[in-house]
Formats: sequence, structure tokens, C-alpha cells
Amino acid sequence: MAKLEQQFKDIMRWIDDRLPVTETYEKHMSKYYAPKNFNVWYIFGVLAFVVLVNQLLTGIWLTMSYVPTGEGAFKSIEYIMRDVEYGWLLRYMHSTGASAFFVVVYLHMFRGLMYGSYQKPRELIWVFGMFIYLALMAEGFFGYLLPWGNMSYWGAQVIVSLAGAIPVVGESLAVWVRGDFNMSGITLNRFFALHVVAVPIVLLVLVVLHILALHEVGSNNPDGVDIKKHLDEDGKPLDGIPFHPYYTIGHDVPGIVMFLIVFSAVLFFFPDGGGYLIEHPNYEPADPLKTPELIAPVWYYTPYYSMLRAATFPLFGMTAKFWGLVVMAGAIAILFVVPWLDKSPVRSMRYKGLASKLFLAAFVICFFILGYLGTVHPTPMRTIVAQICTAVYFAYFLLMPWYTSVEKTKPVPERVTL
Amino acid sequence: MILRNVAICLALSLAALGLQASEAGYPLDHMEADIHDQPSLQRGMQTYMNYCMGCHSLQYQRFKRTAEDIGIPEALMLEHLVFDPNTKIGDLMTNNMSTENAKTWFGAAPPDLTLHNNLKGGPDWIYTYLRTFYVDSKRPLGVNNLVFENVGMPHALVDLQGTQKYVCKQVPRLASNGGDMRDPLTDEYITEELCGSDLVERGYSPLELVEGSGALSPAEYDQVVYDLANFLYYVAEPSRLERTRIGWYVLLFLAFFYVFAWLLGREYHKAFHK
Repeated sequence: MAKLEQQFKDIMRWIDDRLPVTETYEKHMSKYYAPKNFNVWYIFGVLAFVVLVNQLLTGIWLTMSYVPTGEGAFKSIEYIMRDVEYGWLLRYMHSTGASAFFVVVYLHMFRGLMYGSYQKPRELIWVFGMFIYLALMAEGFFGYLLPWGNMSYWGAQVIVSLAGAIPVVGESLAVWVRGDFNMSGITLNRFFALHVVAVPIVLLVLVVLHILALHEVGSNNPDGVDIKKHLDEDGKPLDGIPFHPYYTIGHDVPGIVMFLIVFSAVLFFFPDGGGYLIEHPNYEPADPLKTPELIAPVWYYTPYYSMLRAATFPLFGMTAKFWGLVVMAGAIAILFVVPWLDKSPVRSMRYKGLASKLFLAAFVICFFILGYLGTVHPTPMRTIVAQICTAVYFAYFLLMPWYTSVEKTKPVPERVTL
Repeated sequence: MILRNVAICLALSLAALGLQASEAGYPLDHMEADIHDQPSLQRGMQTYMNYCMGCHSLQYQRFKRTAEDIGIPEALMLEHLVFDPNTKIGDLMTNNMSTENAKTWFGAAPPDLTLHNNLKGGPDWIYTYLRTFYVDSKRPLGVNNLVFENVGMPHALVDLQGTQKYVCKQVPRLASNGGDMRDPLTDEYITEELCGSDLVERGYSPLELVEGSGALSPAEYDQVVYDLANFLYYVAEPSRLERTRIGWYVLLFLAFFYVFAWLLGREYHKAFHK
């Protein structure tokens, strides 16, 4: 036994002399000190990683049977669902995984907003995270066209034609994106290339950057206190604990299993989520002559879709559609600058003032309302509600420099609270 | 000129909207599909192959898979349910109707029905649709439908169901408390004649079966349509059988695993308080 151990050490030393495996492992796992006071909100980063792996693996296997052509795409999906061994499982893991990805990413982002995880010195982590979110939206959008169902077709048609609202270059831009004057097999081919090669590579690079930046400065925590201020005699944070094995096994494994229970319940028993995860019109092939009764994007885009539709009047000689596009793009863009909008001396919502809490609550409620409104037909009343909620959405960010600097904050403890 | 075009477009789109509203307007009857009821699925397939398959293919589904899943021996299926002698058991369930002919005959090609159940969000649509055909001399094929207004399809099951007429009916008046109005002396219903959507709103069907015009009783016919809708429910997602079966095992395993993951996690958590 001792001999075997010695052999293993020798091999590791040989490798370490050439590649810093042990050093990297220690830096990011066994000697990465995470605050001891993480709560349940700190599981979603790990879960996002789990879902990413799920999407990559099932995606690779789906590509083996999928036919990326206008003639073959829809048929090949049904071939996967019926004739490929466990093809239905791969496909549902992928389609349910797409929604799960957004669920965990939204919760992960909310955690960041709630505990001020974007504040100095973690601005870059937040910015990389927002690029991940953007890449994820692009990935979802390209992927949604691939089944070549009628909602795939019309959903992509609506979004791509949005480019047409941009003055002067708009129409040419839309044609350039589609590669055709209408959505066609050519569009499907390029979306396939972007979905399975280009965007995943970008996503992976961004995830690495997100984690490298995180491990450089260390994790924030629900109290928003800096654990590096109090070190023991060995220079280890008193309020920190090695990520592996204490968080991986003590926190993440049970969390992942709990997530898998919920995920499997949806996957095996409600894979189309009542028409929200796989929309009903997507069960017929793309038909340029047959517009679905209601074109609605999948749920994870609906808040932004609502904001797009909330712009109903032309302004300064530009169309309402153009302003809708501006509002939608602005709603996503503004997320990037949150680290510089928050002027609060404290990080965590636990110690921020009432104004921050109320604004965050109003923001979340409005995000849900906008999400719902994006799934239904607009009526005059609903449009007004969407307009109000859009205003609240922007107010949360634009007024942040003001309310975070004037409100009265509570004193932050020196050490984390367990 | 432009204005006129816009007006025509608007009128057309409003007309289209109106059609959708009335198509979706008729309340659907609910049915509880059961993929474990093999006799029902078998009868459903029998009806489908005899009455529907000529026009509506099931092009994504294979005979062999169907035979295995719903419990029909392959030889029996080939002998009694597959009418083209060149068809092999492993083939897809296609038919020979050409799209061009179909368009000439019906105005539109009959859609493939493999995924119809999922397209309509469940079996209720087809279950109601096949029971709400009625005689309408204004239509080219002499029939119309409550669920699918101005439908281009003939009533394929008319021999079984018989003909239905769109009628006005004597129904009890609505009392102020929401119940049926009765005469306080004789306790008999006070009725009024209602037609069309007024009947539908009160929960009555505006259709009436012509006595003796069909081979089956209404209850028997409902069963035939139920079996057919049940079969289409199965065909839309044949993996449903396996999916739900495996699902329980997966959940059981994960629940079991969670207990140990939690217990192990608790041991590691003790280090947090040192």
C-alpha cells in the first residue's frame, strides 16, 4: 500500500514538474476558501454548471441523429423521439435542460442582486456573468429554431425581423442574418452551426473566465463581509472553509440531487410543461403560410418580449417597433452596469435600507408580471400594465445610484453570521 | 389605392380573427386518455385504419412499434389492419394520397395526424370534433362542424354516428339564482326556445341526432371516438409508456440517494462549526 502511494506521488511529481495539476487543484478546489455562511442561494452556480454539462452531452448525442435541413429537421426530431434508442430521453433532457438552465441562471442572478455580489472587487465576475447570460439567450434562440416546428419558425421570424426596425440598414441586416429573404433552410443551417459550435465555445470560455475571476477575489456571502480580513496563524480565513470537500460534498451533492429530483419530475412527467417548455404549435412542421394564432417566445424570453411590445407609440420620427427594440436591448444592457449603479456602502440586502428592499421586491414582481404578459395576447389593459412594469424595471436600475446612497443602512458585522 | 389595400388587409385579417374565435369558441368535452388500456388502443387503431388512414397518414410512426406497444401480434396487424400487401411491418404508417389530388378534392391536403394530439394540447379537441359534425347545405360536402367551423373534411364516421342537425331547443329558463326556472304550482320547468351560441352558453348542445340514421347508439359512438382519440394520444408520443415507467424508478432512486447524500453532507458540515 505504501509502495503504491509512493508510486502515485512519483507520477504526480513528474506531471507537476511539467503541468501545474496539483497547484491548480489546490488553488481552485482543496485550498480555495469559501465563506462558511453560504445558504441555499449559493447552490445555483453549481447547478448552472451541472445543466451546462447536461446540455453539452445530450446535445452531442442529439447531433448524431439530427438532420439540419429544412426538409429533414422536423422528421429527424420525430425519428429521435421514436426510433433512436432512448432518443426521447436525450431530447427531453435537452429541452427540459434549456428551461432549467434559465431557471437556475435567473435565481443565480437574483442571488447576486440580493447580496451585492457584483460590488467591488467582483465587478468583472458580474460582467462575465452577464456575457454568459447574453450568450445563453443567443444559444436558446438559435436552438429553438432547430426542431423546425411552426413556432420555431414564426418565433425566429418575429425576432429576426426586429432587425428590420433599425433605420437604413435594418432590412439588409435582417436578410444578412437570415441568409435569405425569408426564414428558410439556409437560416436553419447557419443557426445550427451557431448553436452547436460557435456559441458553446464562447459559453465555455466565458464560464472559465467567470470562475477564474471569482477565484481570484473569492466568493461573496450573504453578509457581504470580507472573510480575508480575519486570518488564522497560517494565513487562512477564519470564516472560510476549503471548497472541496466541505462545500462539494457537504452542500453541493445534496443540492444537486435535490435539483435532479425536480428536474426528473418535469422531464419524465411534464416534458412539454403544459405548452410552456415545448409549445403546442411546434408539433407541426414550419409552414410559412400558416401563422400560429399567438406567437409567443419560450417563457425565459417573455419578460423582454413584453417590454418590446410595451413600446406602442412612435417618437422622434422613429417607429414604435424601433423603440421596442431599444427598450428591450436597453433592459438587457443595463444589467451590465449594475456594479457601478450601486453606491451603497454595504453589499448585502440584510444590511441595506428599506428603499433597496422595496425596489428589489418591485423589480422581481414586475419581472414575473412581464414574463406572464409575454405569453398572452396583448389587450389595452395588459399593455398599460406592461408599460408600468417596464418603467419599474428601469427605475430599479436607474434610481439605484440615488436610493442606495441616501437610504440608512444597518451596521455590518465584522465576521460572518452562522 | 394604398388606403384601399390597407382596408382590404384589415378586413381579411379581422375575418381570419373571427374564424379563429369561433373555432376556439366551442367548449371542448373532456376525456381522460389511458395508454394502459390496450383494448381501447387496439379498437382505436382499427377505426383509424378503416376510416382515417386513407387520407391522414401517421408518417412518423411505424407499424412494428405500434404493434408492440398496443399488444397486437404483428401477423394479425399485417393481415387485418394493413391494406397494402407491399407494406412491411417495419414501415412508417404512410398512405398513398397525393397532395395535389387532396387539394383538389378538399381544398387543403388532409394533415398528417401523428402529432395532432400534442398540437391541440390533448385529446379533447379530436374527441369533441368527431362528435360535432352537422348537416349544413351551404358547405360543399354538406357538413359543417362546431369545433372546426367551415371544415373541409367530410364526416368520415357518419355511417356510425348518423346525421346531426343544427337545431333550436326548448330549454328551462334561467332563474335569478342561476338554476332552472320551475313553475311554483306544478313544479314543471318553464322553458324558452334557444338557438346556436345561446344554447352553448347554457351548456346544451345545439345539435340533434336524427333517430336511427346511424349504425351505433350515441353511447357506442362516443366509445368509438374515445378509443380513436386515445389511440392518437398514444401515437403522438409512443415513448410516453416507457417515460412514465422509468420516471418512477428514477425518482425513487434519487429520493433514496438524497437520504445518503444528506447524511454524508451533514458529517462534512460538522467541520463548519469548528
